[in-house]
Amino acid sequence: MAASTERYFAVKSPIKRVWHWHFLTFVILFSLAASLWVATKKIDYTWRWNRIPQYFFYNAETLLHAPLDGQVLTIDAGGGTAKIVFQGEDGTQKIFKVDSESLRVDTGEDLFEGDTLGSTSEWKAGPLMTGLLMTLWLSAAASFIGLIIGLISGLCRVSNNLTLRSLSTFYVELIRGTPLLVQIFIFYFFLGTVLDIGRVVAGISALAIFAGAYVAEIIRAGIQSIPKGQTEAARSLGMTATQNMIYIVLPQAFKRVLPPLAGQFISLIKDSSLVSVIAITDLTKSGREVITSTFATFEIWFTVALLYLLLTSILSQLISWIERRLAISD
Amino acid sequence: MIKTRDLKKTFFGRGQTVYAVDGVSVNIKPAEVVVVIGPSGSGKSTFLRCLNGLETLTSGHILVDGVDLADRKTDLNKVRREVGMVFQQFNLFPHKKVIENIVLAQTIVRKRKHKDAEIKARMLLEKVGIAEKEQEYPSRLSGGQQQRVAIARALAMDPKIMLFDEPTSALDPEMVGEVLDVMKNLAREGMTMVVVTHEMGFAREVADRVLFMDQGKLVEEGTPEHFFTNPQEDRTKLFLKQVL
Repeated sequence: MAASTERYFAVKSPIKRVWHWHFLTFVILFSLAASLWVATKKIDYTWRWNRIPQYFFYNAETLLHAPLDGQVLTIDAGGGTAKIVFQGEDGTQKIFKVDSESLRVDTGEDLFEGDTLGSTSEWKAGPLMTGLLMTLWLSAAASFIGLIIGLISGLCRVSNNLTLRSLSTFYVELIRGTPLLVQIFIFYFFLGTVLDIGRVVAGISALAIFAGAYVAEIIRAGIQSIPKGQTEAARSLGMTATQNMIYIVLPQAFKRVLPPLAGQFISLIKDSSLVSVIAITDLTKSGREVITSTFATFEIWFTVALLYLLLTSILSQLISWIERRLAISD
Repeated sequence: MIKTRDLKKTFFGRGQTVYAVDGVSVNIKPAEVVVVIGPSGSGKSTFLRCLNGLETLTSGHILVDGVDLADRKTDLNKVRREVGMVFQQFNLFPHKKVIENIVLAQTIVRKRKHKDAEIKARMLLEKVGIAEKEQEYPSRLSGGQQQRVAIARALAMDPKIMLFDEPTSALDPEMVGEVLDVMKNLAREGMTMVVVTHEMGFAREVADRVLFMDQGKLVEEGTPEHFFTNPQEDRTKLFLKQVL
């Protein structure tokens, strides 16, 4: 094995000084950022970055009202929350809990139906947060299903059965040859109507089937890159074709296809933004919605881009960690 | 043990037909060491690969322990676990440690318990002289060590016959000896062996019988003494003149 596998190393000289190259990189990046800043100065745009955080999390206030005419019996204002005991005209007693600062009534006060007692508040996820979670869910589900579809059709691509081979080739060519946007429309408007499936299911299916076609090709290439001798050795020990695939070929192929698979799944995260056209409130759609109410167009799109970048870089870190772990047998 | 009758294997490629093995009939008896020699492209490796079904035959019959490989109903996997094979390129599983290379097939093919398989693996590693390398990955081993692990891996299945396909051809000269020693020990213990090799010294010392193949045909066979001192065929004489 070792003799036939070539390896390439990046040669690093230990004494070579590199700091001035880092400095150059920094200067280039800094001047890019500076020119952006100058450009926005010229168009007289008011940046309102301080508005952005509330679209991640906000403090939602709920007002509590008297359900009917009545009287406040006691108020127990210990700690942050106040406990109001309220007695209605018909003699029923009710207990309300409100934030102490928001308390609007006194003990013994007569109230009419609908009078405000106080309010409670809690932190809620804003549209950007829910959009981010939706994007995460869409891409995680589609990646997982796409990996399974790709694995199965990749195995079909190298199968001895002609029908399986033709079917999987047809699938791959069909999906790779049509735009994802069109596929999403077909899934939602045609299959969604015929099979009566929801928009999220339609979106995940479209993404998964799209990714599956590319994963199939990656898996096929991986399997074919494993030397024939491995299969011959396994078969000569009496392993069946299936055992050979599971124990010998696929584990080795998996290691080789990790980098292209990573690229595919990173693409999938970004491609998931296309499902906003069928009104799934993912990160991109949330961004658009927030812009309509804030007009902070630049800030929101920059933020959205940054969030996608965050998701993709977490994924690529994760995969390079797995890659390093698998490299121990090299 | 192994009987072949009029074994033929043809390859079709680029519009021409190649008769890789062309009507070979041999009878290999238990505990016999048969060495197959011949110029490259003479079909000796293909012949060997036919013996455990890695190549499907075009015509003829192979009987391994009375089971016909040409019969479509024969379960090849069952036959193969009785026939060990050692390759020119070792073909160790690079993603598994040495000990796991030897344990794997024992557990999933022979259905042995992992613990028993490990005991057997350690014993065999001891036998081929690299017990200390059991936790290494194959890529950290020299060619000679890898080939010895490959022999241990094949032996772990308790095969009745061992096939060697040019086991020393991919090795550096100084490592050939250690592999041949392991093979000589095996022969002494009474293992049935079919060895394709270019090592004439090994053939002369260990073989019970030498087969000489050329252009897919079995040209001459006989004991090493007969073969190396008194060959009959012109083709054999020419070959021996070139290699000795």
